[in-house]
Order: sequence, then structure tokens, then C-alpha cells
Amino acid sequence: MRKVAIVGAGLTKFVRRALETPKELSFEATSTALDSCGLKLEDIDCVAHGSAPDAFDGIHQKGEYLADGCGGWNKPTMRVFVGGATGVHAIIHGWHHVASGMFDTCLVVCEEKMSSAMPHAQGFFLTIFDAITERALHPNLLWIFALEMNRYMSRYGYTKEDMALAAVNNKRNGQLHPSSQFKDEVTVEDVLNSEIMAYPVSRLDVSPVSDGAAAVVLAAEPVARRLTDKPVWIEGVGWTLDTAYWGTRDLYYPRYLDKAARMAYEMAGIREPAKQINIAEPYDPFDYKALHHMEGLQLSPRGKTVELLRDGHFARDGNLPMCPSGGLLGVGNPIAAAGTMKVAELFWQLRGEAGERQVPGNPRLGVAQAWGDLMQVSSVVVAGI
Amino acid sequence: MAIPERIHRNIDTRYWNPGAEYFPVKNRYTAGVAGQRFFEELKENGKLFGTKCSKCSVTFVPARLFCERCFARLEEWVDVGLEGVLYSFTHVYRTKSDEEKENPSIVGAVRIADGLLMHHLGECNEKDLYIGMPVKAELKPVGEREGKITDIAYFKPL
Amino acid sequence: MAEKVIVSGGTPLSEDDIRSGKIFFTEDSLDCAYAWDTGVAINRYLAELKKGKIIATECRKCSRIMLPPRLFCELCFVPVDKWLYVQDTGIVNTFSICHVHWDATRIKEGEKPHLPAVIEIDGASKGMGIMHLLGEVEPEDIKIGMKVKAVWKPEEEREGSITDIIYFKPL
Repeated sequence: MRKVAIVGAGLTKFVRRALETPKELSFEATSTALDSCGLKLEDIDCVAHGSAPDAFDGIHQKGEYLADGCGGWNKPTMRVFVGGATGVHAIIHGWHHVASGMFDTCLVVCEEKMSSAMPHAQGFFLTIFDAITERALHPNLLWIFALEMNRYMSRYGYTKEDMALAAVNNKRNGQLHPSSQFKDEVTVEDVLNSEIMAYPVSRLDVSPVSDGAAAVVLAAEPVARRLTDKPVWIEGVGWTLDTAYWGTRDLYYPRYLDKAARMAYEMAGIREPAKQINIAEPYDPFDYKALHHMEGLQLSPRGKTVELLRDGHFARDGNLPMCPSGGLLGVGNPIAAAGTMKVAELFWQLRGEAGERQVPGNPRLGVAQAWGDLMQVSSVVVAGI
Repeated sequence: MAIPERIHRNIDTRYWNPGAEYFPVKNRYTAGVAGQRFFEELKENGKLFGTKCSKCSVTFVPARLFCERCFARLEEWVDVGLEGVLYSFTHVYRTKSDEEKENPSIVGAVRIADGLLMHHLGECNEKDLYIGMPVKAELKPVGEREGKITDIAYFKPL
Repeated sequence: MAEKVIVSGGTPLSEDDIRSGKIFFTEDSLDCAYAWDTGVAINRYLAELKKGKIIATECRKCSRIMLPPRLFCELCFVPVDKWLYVQDTGIVNTFSICHVHWDATRIKEGEKPHLPAVIEIDGASKGMGIMHLLGEVEPEDIKIGMKVKAVWKPEEEREGSITDIIYFKPL
């Protein structure tokens, strides 16, 4: 396998409703990513793009529709889709294209336009439940997150206040992100006092539904070294899918992520992730998920995560900053684009180009992760300089 | 394992039907940056616009924000007129649910500049149609136009 | 070093922009319905529910007693053909108190919140939970680990559906 580097990245703003069509959003992020590393579309060998369910944009075969906005016209182009994990998985998908020796450069582009979904994006998730044994109960999407959050909290005696700390941490980081629309400080009280949706989930425990796109450029080692003196290497990748019988798994621990993370760390030669990783971008569509995933990523001992969070361990200037981008909670959640945004954040942070978001201490190794489907799939990318 | 039996309609087997009203979702599609201007011109001025990529010598209709070939941002807007050429057409006799259509309709693909617009054909005799036929967009009256592709009522022979 | 341009596009719109007609849009829905085959294992599961019984299958390799029943064990990847009845009691593995509908609208004032739960059914392997609803209980009294029992519809109203169990109530 060849070494693969990230050499460029670009984003759109993440907004509740964008004027741009899905294609136009993809074009904005993609052309920004190309400009960032001085490449033209003609320098790109292939495109790996991702978008979550077709239903959000309301365009079936969305991959084909989006392709030209992703720079895929007349090029080998392939969409990847693993639910919420798509944004990080698309990077792995692109990595395969280049690591295999088949292509020297690859554009990875993820887009989501959730504002098309009426009356609310949540409604489009009805069909993810088992058609016969679950849908008859008229479930809604929040149920499974609320059930998982409750199980996780009760297992370790965590409180809603504990979970809110993660929302506060990420939302504070997000205030500095140029794609974020949220510039106001959010406190633990704000989270606790926000309207209850499905106990234990309140409004501000949840990341905001958004439109947006994100793109990165991958290059094989010789090309990367020509393009930049600061390539960010993809050191390890991992992904796992657990059973769709989600009621059969104990939801307090993300077993799917445990395996995916170990796979990525082994490839990257990392033996003690909690000591060796400098920045973490766990997937955080809900505040509890950030903490849940820090445990699955082996970056925090099970049941000790809140203690570490309270001690400032995961703050921007802590030992292991968690979601320095602001994550989905702080920047917004255009599903697939949000995962790719996390990898873009590793790229800027490891190059020391994150501006006022910059994590101190010259971070050298970072991990990004996304999660999806029926709480069963995780994709992990380890990047380093 | 072999397929044990052939079932032609899924409701001939044991099935679960949650009711048609159980998934009452819809999508709302905005026209986008280029689309917004394209439909403004159509609605307000009754004009069709394309955007031109000089480098690739392509004029996209309807107008687009970017050139899919070279990824340039397109800023040259071109009034392409209301006339085009019938590139292909079909007679539609069945509905999407595969029932007989009361009034068979004709759908055409019309070449305007380098774009291809799918639309209805009207004021025409189906046996007179031929590929390569010059056609023209028949617009709805100004007051009925709302910034949608249906502001063109249909294309008719020139 | 100056921060590079890394963000472009994503022009925010408000709902008013759209309602006022300033921004052009079209709306459409799929307008289609589905009927799902129950399949072999779930067909039997539903038929037994109609009789007021819960049936599971057991994997001969890992000995898991699985609910809902299935024709293969997804962990061992072997066929499964051993059927057995389990209890209609269990314990609450986790639960939620839900104040919103599927479309994210809030339930009405005075309307009872939905009480979804994962229930580990007695007689199935440990941790074998199914999603169902809780009833005859005040939301604040629900506890993880609580023992519950199925409340069945009257026999003549059962139709071979997971909803033949109306909900689970505290024992």
C-alpha cells in the first residue's frame, strides 16, 4: 500500500437552510479545496463522494446527481454511504483509491441538504426501523438515541448535567469555526433548561440540522511532497458494522467503534492511543455521543470520561482536546459533510493553520470518527504529520 | 437455496402494510444560486438564460453556477431565446402506476444552445413530429408565472 | 501566517424568504406505499403473538436464545431451526419519555408522552431486548431494571402483529 496524504480542504458554511442546491454546495466546497492546494480539476484522477440518505435531498440516486458538483464529470466516481458514518468513511473510500496505486489524486466530497426534508428531517428516518417488528409501534428517530443515552448514563451514574458539559465544550469551540453560525455562549443551565424532547434528550443535547458540504484532496506520497511541505498523512483507517438487531446489544458501550478504532490504531502503529493521540474529533450528533465515542476510541477509560471532562482534560488547551472544531454540536450537522469536516479539522490543526481555533503544543497525531445506521457502524481515520 | 416459489405481487404473500398515510413526508427544493436567477428571468421577463463557459465553449441551459468540465465559476449569462430543436420525443400512454392514461401525452427533449430541456409538447399533431423539428416555448401569461419550469406551458412546432 | 480561505458558499435563507415567495421552490412527495413480506421467521413470530405467546429461536452453536426469532445466527452465521417459547415478562433495559412525534412536532398539552423501552424478555438470552412501549406507569416511576409484563389485546382483536401486545406494565 502507498502512503496517502491530505493536501487540501474546503468547506461551505453550515446553515439551517442554504440557497445553494446540493450540487452548488458541493461545488463551493470542492473548488475551495482545490484552490487551497493549487490544483485544477484536470489534476484530479478520481472522485470519492458521500452523502447520507437520498431522502434528505429528496433526490434518488443522489450520488449520480451530485457527481458533477464534486468534480466527477467524466472521471472515475464512486459514492459511499454508511449512514452518519459516511463523512469519515468517504475518506477511507478515497484512501483505498490512492493507496492501491490505482490513482495519484482523489477528491473526497461530502454533502447534505437536510432543509429539503419536510416537515422535518427526522420524519425520513421512519423507515430505518424494522418494518414489521418495530415500525408498527410508530417509533421516531429520537427514541433510539434517548434509549442509548439513558442506558449509558445509568450504567455509570452520569447525570444530564454531566452530558451537558460535553455540549458546552463543543459549542464553545464551535464559536470560533468559520463555518459555524453559532456565536453565542451556551451554558450547562441553557442545555438543562432547553425543552425536553425525549427524556433524557433535550433540545440543546442535539446538534442542529444543517445544510453544507465539505471536501478534501488526497494525494499519493510523491505527489503530496511536490504539492506541499506539510502533507498530513493518513496513518490508519478502520471501520466496523455491528448487528442491526440493536436491541440485542448493550447500548452503554460502542462495541462497533472499539473494533474500528483498534483496527486504525494497529495500522498506525499506535499502542497507547490515550497517550499518543493529540487531538480527537469523536462524532457528536448528541452530547452524550461525544463521551460515549471517546470511550469507544480508547481515549478515555470507561466510566471515567465525565471526570476527565470536568478536569479540563478534553478542553482546547487540555491534554487531549475533544472536538476542537466544535463538532456537530458547535458547527452544525449536515450529516455526511459533518464527518468530513472533522477530517478537515485534523488537517488544519496538524498543519498549525487553525487560526484562533489552533490547539496549542504542535499536535502531531489526531483521530476523527463518525457513526451511523442503526447505531451500528463506525469509521475511524488517524492522521499525522 | 433455490427460490421456492414465484410470487408476482407482494401482497399475495404474508405481508405487513403500515398504511399509505404512514410516511407522509415531502421535499422542498429551492432553485439554488443560478436557478434563482434563471427563474427570475423566466418569470419576470419571459426569457430563457444559459451560462457560458468560454474555455470549454459550452452554453449550459438552464443556467448553471459552474462548468462541470473545468470547474470554472460561470459569470457570462446568455439570453438563448425561446426556440430550440426537437432532439427526441415519446408518446406516453401509461401512468406511473402502469394504468392506461386517459389522455396520452407527448414528452419531448428540446435542444437549446448546449442544453437539453425535457418538457411537454403541445399544439401539435403527433404524426407530424420528427426529430430535428424546430420548436418554440409557449409561456404562460405573466400573471400565472411563478418561477418554475412549468412557467413554460409546453413547446410547440414553430 | 494568515488564515487561508477555507469556507465558501452556504448562503443562509430564512423560512420567511421562502414563504414570501422571494425564493423559488417546488415541493414534491414520493406518493408511494410499501408492503413488506414478513418472511419465514417473523411470520411464525407474529402467528404466535396472535395466540398470546412469544416465540424465540435458539442457535445450536452459541446457544443464544434470540428474539425476535431469526432463521440464522448473525454471530455464528449458521442456520437456526430450534423454536421455543419464552415468557411474556422481562426487565426494562433502557427507556425514554418522548414528548415529540415522528415529524418533530411536540405532543399536545395534556397528551401523555410516549414511553418506548428496550425490554429484555425472560427466557431469552441475557441482553436479548426488543423495543416496545411501557404503560400503566407514571413516567417518573420508570426505572431501568424494573420487572414488567406484557398486556395483551383481547384474543378476538389480535391480528398477528407486534401491537397484539399493547404495552408492558410494571409487575
